[in-house]
Amino acid sequence: MIKFVSALLLTSLLSFAAGLYLPWWSIAIAAILVSVIIPMAPWKSFLSGFLGLFLLWGILAFWIDAKNNSILSQKMAQIFQLGNSSMLLILITALIGALVAGFAALTGSYIKLLKRS
Amino acid sequence: MRILSFSVSLLITVFLLFSLNREWHIGDKTLPPIGSFMSPQQGFWQNAEPVDANFNENLKFPGLSGKANVYFDERMVPHVFASNENDAYFIQGYLHAKFRLWQMEFEVYAAAGRISELIGPKAINYDRDRRRLGMVYAAEIAEKEMEKNETTKAQCDSYTAGVNSYIASLKESELPVEYKLLNYKPEKWTNLKTALFLKYMSFELAGYEQDFEHTNAKTAFGLLDFAKIYPLAQDSLDPIVPKGTVYPKPALTVTAPASEDSLYLGMKDSVHFVSDKPHPENGSNNWAVSGKKTKSGKPILCNDPHLGLNLPSLWYEMQLSAPGLNAYGVSFPAAPGIIIGFNDSCAFGVTNSERDVRDYYKMKFRDESMKEYWFNGEWKQTEFRYEHIGVKGQAEIIDTVAYTVFGPVMYDKKYNAGRTDGGYYAVRWKAHDPSNELMAFNGLDHAKNYEDYLEAIKWMHTPGQNFVFASKNSGDIAIWAQGEFPAKWKWQGDFVMPGIDSSYMWQGNIPQNENPHQINPERGFVSSANQLPADPAAYPYYLGGSYPPYRGLIINRYLSHMNDITPEDMMKLQTENYNVFAEMAVPLFLKYMNLDSLSEQGKKYFDILKSWDFRNDVQEKGATVFALAWQYFANQCWHEDLSKSKLPMANPVASALLEAVINDSSLKFLHDIGTPEKETLQDLLSGSFKKASDTLQKIEDQGRLEWGKYKDTKVTHLAKLDAFSRLHLPIGGGTHCINAATSDHGPSWRMVVSLTDSTQAYGVYPGGQSGNPGSIYYDSFVDSWAIGKYYLLWMMKGTESGDSRIKFKMEFGN
Repeated sequence: MIKFVSALLLTSLLSFAAGLYLPWWSIAIAAILVSVIIPMAPWKSFLSGFLGLFLLWGILAFWIDAKNNSILSQKMAQIFQLGNSSMLLILITALIGALVAGFAALTGSYIKLLKRS
Repeated sequence: MRILSFSVSLLITVFLLFSLNREWHIGDKTLPPIGSFMSPQQGFWQNAEPVDANFNENLKFPGLSGKANVYFDERMVPHVFASNENDAYFIQGYLHAKFRLWQMEFEVYAAAGRISELIGPKAINYDRDRRRLGMVYAAEIAEKEMEKNETTKAQCDSYTAGVNSYIASLKESELPVEYKLLNYKPEKWTNLKTALFLKYMSFELAGYEQDFEHTNAKTAFGLLDFAKIYPLAQDSLDPIVPKGTVYPKPALTVTAPASEDSLYLGMKDSVHFVSDKPHPENGSNNWAVSGKKTKSGKPILCNDPHLGLNLPSLWYEMQLSAPGLNAYGVSFPAAPGIIIGFNDSCAFGVTNSERDVRDYYKMKFRDESMKEYWFNGEWKQTEFRYEHIGVKGQAEIIDTVAYTVFGPVMYDKKYNAGRTDGGYYAVRWKAHDPSNELMAFNGLDHAKNYEDYLEAIKWMHTPGQNFVFASKNSGDIAIWAQGEFPAKWKWQGDFVMPGIDSSYMWQGNIPQNENPHQINPERGFVSSANQLPADPAAYPYYLGGSYPPYRGLIINRYLSHMNDITPEDMMKLQTENYNVFAEMAVPLFLKYMNLDSLSEQGKKYFDILKSWDFRNDVQEKGATVFALAWQYFANQCWHEDLSKSKLPMANPVASALLEAVINDSSLKFLHDIGTPEKETLQDLLSGSFKKASDTLQKIEDQGRLEWGKYKDTKVTHLAKLDAFSRLHLPIGGGTHCINAATSDHGPSWRMVVSLTDSTQAYGVYPGGQSGNPGSIYYDSFVDSWAIGKYYLLWMMKGTESGDSRIKFKMEFGN
């Protein structure tokens, strides 16, 4: 459990730090790295990457949106035909990050397993 | 097994990264790369500006020569205090870029015919139209003029350096959201881009003509009837310089060519397509009242330019202060200086001259290679200009444009924008001539008195503008219908002209001092609203005929009756919704309507029309009834005539029909040009009113009979995104009203300046200081604008840096 939570937090932190300097896809690198450093069962790695980015992107978007009184998210939701729902937009944002990091972490966990065999 | 799992998971990851990192085209829509776009650290979320964002900054740029402070007031209007003028323009460039970068670059792309680079092949015809009109050619000439002049060279160089300092400091996450949506990046700014922007304004304001349509109409009806359908002036005309003014003998006389009747006016030629043109209602109001008519005893100057209503706004409000300069008003993001505003000594504003300075010549080329054209009895070499048009998603296109003595051949066999015709049409456009309009605004920003103003406006060649002026110290008021206008013989350039020799060329320019003007007139005010600048019967030069008469008429009527005027009275006048066109037209409906022929429904709407007080206020139903009734009546009158031929023809202006009917209720003019004799005015009015009633019923069923709802004014985002636009604004007025707000066009900046000892100025524009749709300052003035509310414009003094109105401070240094 401690391993899982550490992996999750580390993925979040590393992704956040990379995001300050590197393009968006650095979250995949962060997730792979973490799953190689902290080996877990593949489904656990997937979940830690998934949740790590779901929380990071979700919380960041939520925080930005709250400080912005949803001015922009309302407009973007209209452009993407999401029924003016800021929440849906935040959810989609979180899911996109989560999916990428989840599968990247999964790939990382298999690298470890491949090496071992 | 593990290898398989690994491979599958790797494949999914790579697939995700790949699909989220590329653009997607779905139908005609393009999705930006979703990964970076949605990333809260890079994408659009970064543009969601905290509502309590802090704009205090301390900035250092080697391009600055000294220290400067910028104070932002509660409306985010910057008050720039620099130690010299060039630093002020540097900072102006920096601020324009910081708050309006996407817009200023996008407008320049539009001017230069580069939209295909952003949105792909669907913009190719748009781009080719710009290129073939010679927009880039014109801007290159203008840039040379700007850089030849020390003042404007320094001004532009500083401005450009300021814009580029901002661009250089910009992180990818900070890019305006439109760059992220359209997936491209800003380029460096150049002086040429400022020139291109000014040509964009020239296209908007000096690009209107109907030469092709009128050529067809003249062919279909003959010149005599053409003049009845498209009259050069209306009886109700109240020109900028009043009737009765005596003009000296012209210094320049022009003569029509000997072949005028055979090769031009009597020629049965036709054009199968129409040219691309700006919004026909680009216009404006301005006036100045002298101290003898105001309560304070000091002059008041007012201006409201009518342009397309867009977000981000065309205007950016600011104060520029440096030793020798202190000007407040609105600026164009993309150009240095204040365009409409005031300084410590005077105030100034503009309306469009509406003069036709864009003409076409039909050319004769030796063959389709277009290498030689026939001119003055010999084959003359063509010069070619190669326009490289980048197209997103495909290879660039090279458009070869032939240049003749007249100018570029806009339409030829290779290009007519999908319109069919085999002719070669060269365009002669005044905006191609060398001129340096920035000097006009530079001069006005510094002007201390009437003489300075007059010197300044002489720099204004194209687009021609009616410059209104008022001085604080002397109390002078003045107006000049300024521009460099070709002196034309009657009908010159109203139709396509033969281009085989020099006889149809423009013969010279009207001398500047012969431009119509008025200084301190007896009546105590000067005004303009795009009407004819002078009585065509008295003014010695031909003025053509595409001037709206009614706003000028009503402004002058109100102003001549007003005394003890206060700034509040002027605000009320600028937002006046009285419809003088309806005042003239409705009596015809009341007098000639055959009531027996109307259904119950028709009678209902007739009663609404009857009890209407000619006000286009938001809740008025009569205004909607009248608009529809007139529209159907005009269609009914012209329909048969204009459908005589399949060639494109222009709808005659409303004033032409109205005043013809007022003068001649027997409709002889209509019968003369072919409407069946048996149709009387009564038949036409009643018949069209019945049709209008059917439509009105539908509108009423939709709950849109009130004028504000029917008109449905909006301020549209430049990329036409509804989500970034402001729709359904509750604003009255309309085409013939002083408050000229139509559905997507209208007063783009309202300003009232009372030149009392400490200037009292008021203004509002339909936008906000920030171009960022994620900022609270994006559209913060729109609601005030719609209901006719003004803000007090604060000409800040350098000593007021502790004032409570100041919200943020940017410190600049080197």
